[in-house]
Amino acid sequence: MAEHAFGGIAIRHLYKIFGPNAGAHVEAVRNGLTKTELNERHGHVLGLRDINIEMPSGSIQVIMGLSGSGKSTLIRHINRLIDPTAGEVLVDGVDVVKMPEAELREFRRHQTAMVFQKFALLPHRSVLDNTIFGLEIQGIARAQSIDTAMRWLERVGLKGFEHKYPNQLSGGMQQRVGLARALANDAPVLLMDEAYSALDPLIRTDMQTVLLDLQKEIRKTIVFITHDLDEALRLGDQIAILRDGEVIQQGTSQDIVLRPADNYVANFVKEVNRGRVVHVEAIMAPLGTAAAESGQRIAADLTIEEAVRTLASAPEGDITVVDPSGRPLGTVTFRQLAGAMVNAHETNDHATAIAANAA
Amino acid sequence: MDWFYQFPSMDDNALRNLKKVIDETFRGFTRNYGDLIEGFFAPLQHFLIASERFMTKTPWPIITLLILAIAWGATRSIRIAAGCLVTLLLIGYFDMWDDTMRTISMIFVCTILSIAIGLPIGILMSRSDRVQRVVNPVLDVMQTMPSFVYLIPVVMLLGIGKVPGLIAVVIYAIPPMIRLTNLGIRLVDKDVLEAADAFGADNRQKLFKVQLPLALPTIMAGINQTIMMALAMVVIASMIGVQGLGQPVLKAIANQYFTLGIFNGLAIVGIAIMFDRVSQAYGERLQKHREVVHG
Repeated sequence: MAEHAFGGIAIRHLYKIFGPNAGAHVEAVRNGLTKTELNERHGHVLGLRDINIEMPSGSIQVIMGLSGSGKSTLIRHINRLIDPTAGEVLVDGVDVVKMPEAELREFRRHQTAMVFQKFALLPHRSVLDNTIFGLEIQGIARAQSIDTAMRWLERVGLKGFEHKYPNQLSGGMQQRVGLARALANDAPVLLMDEAYSALDPLIRTDMQTVLLDLQKEIRKTIVFITHDLDEALRLGDQIAILRDGEVIQQGTSQDIVLRPADNYVANFVKEVNRGRVVHVEAIMAPLGTAAAESGQRIAADLTIEEAVRTLASAPEGDITVVDPSGRPLGTVTFRQLAGAMVNAHETNDHATAIAANAA
Repeated sequence: MDWFYQFPSMDDNALRNLKKVIDETFRGFTRNYGDLIEGFFAPLQHFLIASERFMTKTPWPIITLLILAIAWGATRSIRIAAGCLVTLLLIGYFDMWDDTMRTISMIFVCTILSIAIGLPIGILMSRSDRVQRVVNPVLDVMQTMPSFVYLIPVVMLLGIGKVPGLIAVVIYAIPPMIRLTNLGIRLVDKDVLEAADAFGADNRQKLFKVQLPLALPTIMAGINQTIMMALAMVVIASMIGVQGLGQPVLKAIANQYFTLGIFNGLAIVGIAIMFDRVSQAYGERLQKHREVVHG
């Protein structure tokens, strides 16, 4: 295939209203009609309101929200399993919304692949035949697609299972089949709709690792939907938080944890293990006039947890934070690192709660 | 107050005229188009005759082996194959072989025809709620209308013989095929269909790669029901000249031959059970992939 840099995904001013006469209400919603008002006055349900997200090529964009926030609706707009009421969805510069039927099918065959929450495997086909499904739809010769499928099955750790039926596999393994089926398509966009939500926590972490490892090689544009903030923070290069059909915050995991946009996000973030998310850079004191060249040196993009682990056995004293080229950026103390791992607010709340209980 | 005690019906003359007009119109239609319609059904007649000739002219050991081979191939069950063998031997021993072969041939053609017509109609019905709304009441009529009633116009058009019998049987036996095809396709998991959409499958690919394979167990149940209902019509069809196990039963009714009736009746039951067990076991074998469920 000719080398063509994939242009990423851009969602612009996307609105989705559910109901028989959705188009008529877009203007009112644009002018500030709320979800409740729309439902009470017109009996229509507001799915998404003015969504604007730029997803650069080759990165993992996480869309996080609780159930009913519209996240699954949003991801279905990217391959137009759901038609928007207004707005643009540009994939590699082409507006998916305006595609005619046949072109849309071609687009789905070659540009996108999808992994589903409930796996959505074909129960009457073996693991191998499930994996070649996308290639079969594209019309690729069976012998060739089997080669591709076997490669991906091996890559997701299912070698030796190719002749089993989905029902004979555990949930985690079924989702590996789902992942292999999507990857076999070799599409630049990988859509993952709550792909790991049905898996138990250990398997989920395991599958996250599989995805992160794979992404180092395949560099796809991945859109990952989840309701789990820990998962979002672990996987996302960029995270968008959705509530009631609106994006309430976009940014990197650092942005979300350190600067929550409002109370809603702050409430989520409270429960997060900050040590695994926040980088040393975020809590260091900027370098003063006299550079303290003594003591330990640590990289700025280390998480606090990693930093504490490496420093636990080191001698006491000032620690110098350096950038990748080894240039000192600032200093940090072990106490600061430990302090940053626990949210001050949370401890206060906790103490108040205990006091209240005791009284 | 007369109208209160006596239902104010149409007056006798008007009613008589109405019936007369309808009857005469239909008779005229028969006279003008009877040959044309008969010509239309001629291929079916050939098919029926060829099938019956094959079943009755082939020596019995070969037919027995053939049926056993089909039973074994479809079920892989010694028990079912042995059951078929015993049934066939008993039928032959009690001198009902020829009639049984004629009936099996008739049922075979009826089933093929019901599948060939019913499957596409069922598929169409599953794709459009409007078609479903139109077809459902027609199926209700076909299943509840006493078969003697639609035998009248069929016999008027085509006379007595195999083809009108075939049509009567198919009208009665096709509804479960259509209904269960429709139901099976409509019950296919929406998530799986969405996945097929997401991978860019067109309607044809969705039908053949997803919907029909997943609906197959239900469709097989439809075929099974169609066979059973066709067998139930054998006696009625014999009234309009279909040969087979129905005719001795008819004779037994007319002359009160108890034993003749029960022998032929049991032969019908015997082949019904054979067909049922074989087609059910085959349907189950088709969905082997559902058996081993991970805990």
